[in-house]
Amino acid sequence: MKERVFVVTNRLGLHARPASLFVQAGAKYRCSVKVTKLNGDEFEVNGKSVMGLMMLAAANGEKVKVVVDGPDEERALVEIEGLFQRKFDEE
Amino acid sequence: MIVIKGVAASPGIAIGKALVLENEEIVINRVEIPPDKVRAEVRRFKAALDATYRDLDAAESKVLKMLGKEHARLIDTHRLILSDPLITKDVPKRIQEERVNAEFALSEALEVVNQAFEKIQDEFFRERRHDLFDVGKRLLSHLLKQERRTISGVRHPAILVARNLLPSDTLNLKESNVLGFVTDLGGKTSHTAILAQSMEIPAVVGLSDASHRIRNGDEVILDGDQGLVIVQPSPEAVEKYEKMRQRSIKEEEALDSLRGVPTVTADGHKLRMMVNLDTIDEMKAVLSLKGDGVGLFRTEYLYLNRSSAPGEEEQARAYSAIAKALDPLPLTVRTADIGGDRLAHLGLEVPKNETNPFMGLRGIRLFLKHPELLKTQLRAVLRASAHGKVQVMIPMVSSLRELQAARRIFRQAQDELAAEGVETAKKVPFGIMVEIPSAALMLDALIEEADFVSIGTNDLIQYILAVDRINEDVAHLYDPFHPAVVRILRHIVDAVHRREKKVTVCGEMTSDPKAVPLLAGLGVDNLSVTPRMFLRVKHIVRQISMSSARAMVERALTLSDSEQIRKLVSEL
Repeated sequence: MKERVFVVTNRLGLHARPASLFVQAGAKYRCSVKVTKLNGDEFEVNGKSVMGLMMLAAANGEKVKVVVDGPDEERALVEIEGLFQRKFDEE
Repeated sequence: MIVIKGVAASPGIAIGKALVLENEEIVINRVEIPPDKVRAEVRRFKAALDATYRDLDAAESKVLKMLGKEHARLIDTHRLILSDPLITKDVPKRIQEERVNAEFALSEALEVVNQAFEKIQDEFFRERRHDLFDVGKRLLSHLLKQERRTISGVRHPAILVARNLLPSDTLNLKESNVLGFVTDLGGKTSHTAILAQSMEIPAVVGLSDASHRIRNGDEVILDGDQGLVIVQPSPEAVEKYEKMRQRSIKEEEALDSLRGVPTVTADGHKLRMMVNLDTIDEMKAVLSLKGDGVGLFRTEYLYLNRSSAPGEEEQARAYSAIAKALDPLPLTVRTADIGGDRLAHLGLEVPKNETNPFMGLRGIRLFLKHPELLKTQLRAVLRASAHGKVQVMIPMVSSLRELQAARRIFRQAQDELAAEGVETAKKVPFGIMVEIPSAALMLDALIEEADFVSIGTNDLIQYILAVDRINEDVAHLYDPFHPAVVRILRHIVDAVHRREKKVTVCGEMTSDPKAVPLLAGLGVDNLSVTPRMFLRVKHIVRQISMSSARAMVERALTLSDSEQIRKLVSEL
């Protein structure tokens, strides 16, 4: 099991499009992906669910914790990290 | 006659009979499934999923045809929801573990999500749940083998009244007899509202209980501009709104023909008419007005709903995109006029005891306290100047010292970019907003350091008259026709023209048809108008005779009562 905290830096936050990119990234791997918003009410959502991610209402500047667990967790985390770094390719 | 106030979701007026949609609350019974039928129940659910996918494909081609690619993304969102594990995994799991029917399992799963979404503060996120319901209802109707009610089946022209309209319902409205719609739920940013705007169907939403108060066949007036619904209106109200509706239809047609026509007064004087831009999303509408550029780009939106200030890259991308789209017309970027209350969100220290934010730390005052914010924004603007004609202006200047400090940072930004080898335009005009009386009164000094001037009438009037427009007790004292306002405007225009520079007015006053002749007569060079009023103001300008407007202003300057001035202007 591995976890990492990311700051949402794209302007609109984890909206439909970023959320779906996140899900598509996670779906490629067998490991589970769980996401929690820090400073929120700490409820955990399935990182392979668009609605789940949107339920977090993670806005720009907020922090989310991603926990991956499974044989390919390392690679999944790297790919997800890339998304945050590229600000979900938001224009 | 009952008047209900809601949220103005899509502009326009509609008058007609109400068609109240039955609340589609399908009662879902919990049915126990015997162990040997569980797999069949799961298969039944999967079949409904497949049928819903096919629905979405059909809806997609319809949206593409009617509204274009941008809105087709909504269907993509719906596909994603349909393939979400909350539906594809949780529902079969519930069927298997609880041995319940698919309908019940689905509605339980949706309810869990609904409850989570209801708690979300941010309206934009919260409204996304309607997309989930939309998909959920499609699925349910396939499970129940029920025909979904289709709104295109409305036979007579009517105003649709419903508890809630889903985006997919809204899509069907265009080809129906629906004159407009009102709903109990929904906000201005819901997909339903956005679709109504692009389909140009008047709509009022968020009326809480209108669907109970309005009966089928009731006469209804829908005022999508004010967000009002009038039920069983008096004959006078009907007459008034019918006149308004006819007038606006005729006006729209007449105004439409003014796109791209030069803005010249009746006696041949040219005036430049520009547009105020609030966010990048309005660019399409702005371009279609074919004006003379953007006279005021308010950049505050970039700083809202976030917890750190926007970086140089992000800003440069936004400004460059707009500059490129407008080229060769000018883009006037105003550095952000944000107040102290935003600072906490941006991770900066909040000023203490700010009891009067209008007179507090905002505009250039804030940016000089945090010069890195100003530098970042100015660098981004300069970078955008490589892609189009860009100019920058500074809000809330009240002294020469402030202007000089801002200019210094501007020069630093220019030097830095030059040293870094970043391409910028050779000349980026640097102007100021005149909205504080002190700046107006000493403009002869300030103008030496500014390439152009733009008058922010909202703040200028509020400061010169000491009227807080939010304070109900004094709001009526806010008066664009106050003799002091006319005099200070004249003073500003003269000071700028003496140095042979240009003056723009970009406040609300430019969008007030009654005030436009006054501004023209004062000799203002450019008007920057909100997009919604642009063509209307242009129409007025084209009817003005500049020589009589000038004579009118000369007379107005001798008057000492705003009512007399108002009357004089209206008689022009």
